[in-house]
Amino acid sequence: MSIGLEHYLVVSVLLFSLGLLGVIVRRNVLIIYMSLEMMLNAANLALVAFSRFTNNLDGQVFVFFIITVAAAEVSVGLALIVALYRKRQTAHVEDLTTLKL
Amino acid sequence: MQDALFYMFAFLTLVFGFLVVANPFSRNPVTSAMFLVLTIVSLAGLFVLLHAFFLAAVQVLVYAGAVMVLFLFVIMLLDLKTEEQRRLKAFGVVGGLVSVGAILAIFLASLWNAPVGAADAPTLEGGTVRLGKLLFTQYLLPFEIVSLILLVGMVGVVLLSKRDLK
Repeated sequence: MSIGLEHYLVVSVLLFSLGLLGVIVRRNVLIIYMSLEMMLNAANLALVAFSRFTNNLDGQVFVFFIITVAAAEVSVGLALIVALYRKRQTAHVEDLTTLKL
Repeated sequence: MQDALFYMFAFLTLVFGFLVVANPFSRNPVTSAMFLVLTIVSLAGLFVLLHAFFLAAVQVLVYAGAVMVLFLFVIMLLDLKTEEQRRLKAFGVVGGLVSVGAILAIFLASLWNAPVGAADAPTLEGGTVRLGKLLFTQYLLPFEIVSLILLVGMVGVVLLSKRDLK
């Protein structure tokens, strides 16, 4: 049986779920952020697979834009984490409860 | 040969991804970051198998290169030694596993029921030439807007990194 679209989509779904699990279970802000990046990469894999198996290059252009925006997003997010750490001396989500009523 | 490579890269991607999230040997963020680099490189391998050569190169250069260096830089800067001793809460782990399992079941069920067309041999080649042509004709405006986003991100980072944040 040759490798089809479904195979890539299953890998993408599993990787997305792993990232979601990391976001929910882990308590370190940096690791939550890495898991977010993993979810983004899973979506990229699905887009590239769809692009290949529907003979349409638009999906790859989308992935190109996603990678660019993710780079900007990572820089801003990490700057936020550093600013937060300077103010509160923690990178642990359970210590960041200012918004809690 | 291609099938074996697919299974190898898929397996490596998922194993390294699991080690990013839940490494049984180390809770150190540096270890997680290193395994994320490996995950991204294996994903680039999958991109090559999908004939998206340019994206595979960009994935390695931008993600495994620039983004992960940024991550490691921040981890070293913050010096998170004490974070390793924290215990995971059982309720959070169980709730997370249940909710993620439910979402995974929904995904897989919809994938199972989706009418995936009979696999005709894909002919698309994601070469740099075709992608570049598309990028500079049909997608010229989004391309310029993305450059603006990068500029805004740069200004935002400089502003956020100032010492006296108002």
